[in-house]
Amino acid sequence: MAKVHVSSTVNGEVMEFLCEPQETLLDVLRNQLNMTGTKEGCGSGDCGACSVTVNGALVCSCLVLGVEAEGAEIGTVEGVSNKDQLHVIQQKFLEHAALQCGICTPGLVVSTQALLKTNPKPTEEEARYYLAGNLCRCTGYDKIIRAVMDSAETLRGDA
Amino acid sequence: MSEAKQFKYIGTRSIRPDGFDKVTGRANYGADMSLPGMIWGRTLRSPHAHAKIKSIDTSAAEALDGVFAIASHADLPAVANISIEAGEGSSNLVDLGQNVFAKDKVLYHGHAILAVAARTEAIADQAIDLIKIEYEVLTPVMDILDAMAKGAPILHDNMFTEGLAEKPTTASNVATRHEFKLGDVEAGFAAADVIVERDFYTPTVHQGYIEPHACLGRYDENGQSMIFCCTQGHFDVRASTAALLKMNLSQLKVIASEIGGGFGGKTTVYQEPVSLILSKKSGRPVKMVMERDEVFKASGPGSASRLWVKVGAKNDGTITAMQGRFHYEAGAFKGSPVMMGCMTAFTPYNLENVHVEGFDVVVNKPKVAAYRAPGAPQAEFAAEMVVNEIAEKIGMDPIELRLKNAAAEGTQTIYGPKLKRVGLVECLEAVRDSEHYKSALKENQGRGVAAGFWFNVGGQSSVNLNMNPDGTGTIVEGSPDIGGSRASMQLMAAEEMQMPAENFKPIIADTENVAFSAGTGGSRTTFATGMAVIEAAQDVIRQMKERAAAVWNVTAEQVEWSEGVAINTAGEDRLTAKQICKGADRTGGQISGRGNINARGAGPSFAVHLCDVEVDKETGKVDVIRYTAAQDAGKAIHPSYVEGQLQGGAVQGIGWALNEEYVYSKEGLLENAGFLDYRIPLASDLPMIDAIIVEVPNAFHPYGVRGVGESGIIPPLAAVGSAVSHAIGIPVTELPCSPPRVLKLVQDNA
Repeated sequence: MAKVHVSSTVNGEVMEFLCEPQETLLDVLRNQLNMTGTKEGCGSGDCGACSVTVNGALVCSCLVLGVEAEGAEIGTVEGVSNKDQLHVIQQKFLEHAALQCGICTPGLVVSTQALLKTNPKPTEEEARYYLAGNLCRCTGYDKIIRAVMDSAETLRGDA
Repeated sequence: MSEAKQFKYIGTRSIRPDGFDKVTGRANYGADMSLPGMIWGRTLRSPHAHAKIKSIDTSAAEALDGVFAIASHADLPAVANISIEAGEGSSNLVDLGQNVFAKDKVLYHGHAILAVAARTEAIADQAIDLIKIEYEVLTPVMDILDAMAKGAPILHDNMFTEGLAEKPTTASNVATRHEFKLGDVEAGFAAADVIVERDFYTPTVHQGYIEPHACLGRYDENGQSMIFCCTQGHFDVRASTAALLKMNLSQLKVIASEIGGGFGGKTTVYQEPVSLILSKKSGRPVKMVMERDEVFKASGPGSASRLWVKVGAKNDGTITAMQGRFHYEAGAFKGSPVMMGCMTAFTPYNLENVHVEGFDVVVNKPKVAAYRAPGAPQAEFAAEMVVNEIAEKIGMDPIELRLKNAAAEGTQTIYGPKLKRVGLVECLEAVRDSEHYKSALKENQGRGVAAGFWFNVGGQSSVNLNMNPDGTGTIVEGSPDIGGSRASMQLMAAEEMQMPAENFKPIIADTENVAFSAGTGGSRTTFATGMAVIEAAQDVIRQMKERAAAVWNVTAEQVEWSEGVAINTAGEDRLTAKQICKGADRTGGQISGRGNINARGAGPSFAVHLCDVEVDKETGKVDVIRYTAAQDAGKAIHPSYVEGQLQGGAVQGIGWALNEEYVYSKEGLLENAGFLDYRIPLASDLPMIDAIIVEVPNAFHPYGVRGVGESGIIPPLAAVGSAVSHAIGIPVTELPCSPPRVLKLVQDNA
């Protein structure tokens, strides 16, 4: 099948790629653009490890086709920090030991950023429900939720 | 270790050294590596649970453009019928080969039959669709009771039950019988005022790591073959792969990627040898990544079990006898952890009379793999449920009952040794004294408490501490970091050297760059590899003193090491680690410490959990509303990551207790091979998990460490189960306590 030419903006950088019509955005990111920070845990939208934003909306990149990225603004974990300066969310994940194996962390960082953009002052329950699509098998979520709540507070400047 | 030691670095909550890479997406996990010329491998798996393979036709697949190679069991050399040590325990090499590729019979839905290497995954999948296989479908055996029934279909014609008084003459699905005994249970039951006995069932569960198995293999005919993969033990991958492919160990390098969870499930091989075979046949590096359904269908679940427990006690709470009969599913090949179940079931109690039998049973399900405290959660679930029922019957607080019978220093275990100093009593007291235990329950709520015991292991670990000319050091270790262990290694080196933690960078070396190290499992890494780090640091200090002594023309004994500085006790001289390292070229060359050990004296870690649930009696849905987990860490090197183990273990156990189970069709096909239907706990399912770290030092570790990785998954099954029983007033005997099961219990007893 003929490949499709796609041009989009990834983390603010204009990128072009050729992809098969059935190829997912996740596969394009990982295998064509060599951006392996976005992880695949299930390929069916159940685990959230591949969370990215498309035009600001939080999505599972395994459920988006590469061709749908045409003209879109894509945000991935690689774009969260500013070079060597970690984002507050990333810093709080480290301070709270909110990761063990770390495979779910890129997705959680991206999802948390999306949460705090739409709801800068979530209750614990709101944070737990917003992040219910991001599976973590190691931590039991306790330290993740603490990191998220602390991030929210710091970003609001209440701390 | 007698008195409490003062520590400067350990016990602090430092930032993990690999953290930056993991929050930014830079860390490379199993599927994240590629090589020039790389192609992709995919696996053809059995659509049946039990069938003979009549014929295979790969001609159309071979002809497809973009297909490079096809591999099957025929590509594995004949291997000896021996056990090899790999992963958590040993496995039979013939079985391992037949799990990697079915030989002439498929034994479970998803059993690998062939693999195809092609330019893209899509082409490989297309090729797989073109392969024609004829099967003779056999009746599947999906449950222990069916497997043991008279006339049951036999999975392996050459398997005869071991461990029986008389050698059997007919093949059986029961691989082994185990037995452990102390005292006289009949006399014990005769002395009891109250006796409770019950049958229990626990389902097949999966470790549920988020990262699917992934590897990249490159064969090299000149003895430079390489596998990059996610594993808990890259030396075990090397041992298993080399044994299966008849290679010598030095011909294969295994590089451990970062690992996205394992919980015991990444201690064996599946695709790793296959990637090398496909690479050999194609002349290309071959990457293989399982899809999620393959992870569920074909990688190590935890055993389903059928359990019977009988406990007798006096009215004052003294337990007079405990007895158990445990049947565990091994999956398609023998080797369930039932023996561990036998050994752990009643170990939280100081008993005179115990009798346990265990049976390892094969069924048409994937071969089980280790799962966090392998074998313990099932048997201890049954034991703890019955102990709670005894407490209720005699009207005694369940923690008081446990305190009255608690295992402690000197308690005779059923499996041999007497316990050394352990922290069960302290964990029970911590939970009893918690605010949680004193809090009141509301309507439709219930409370459960349970204890858990796990041995923990030591074993071989190798560490080099290479000092750099600027006084910093690289900790070269061979234990994959699955939950933050690099941070612990760094803190232990800092403590020993009395230098800031940031001075030390831990790396996980491949199999060529550090000597053999057993895998990350058995809660051994912080304990055993930590001891190797300590020994390597002591070796460095010894050399530092020698170098300083040579400079000052004194003996090494006259040099003291304090706060990272060598001090001449015979004068005023001082040399910092940095100065000694910088001048090492003039004192005999660079400094490198070595700690290659076989660690003995792993201290058991006891855990006690407390769970409150609320049951919706109209739907059967159970919510965990409050949870406390106490566990003996001996000494917490990095308290945050210790708490993380307690919390993570608790939640994995909550999942086991409430929702998780393999669902099979009548034909033996797995119907819920995905995270949507195999439902592990979500953030929205849970409250915060209060973690109480108890520290009763292990006398056999320089800092008192006990492994903490596993015990935490044991108590939740009975803590949750008993809480549900308490809430609905009906004994729970089957897991999971999913809405349909709980609703049925409520309705049947209305």
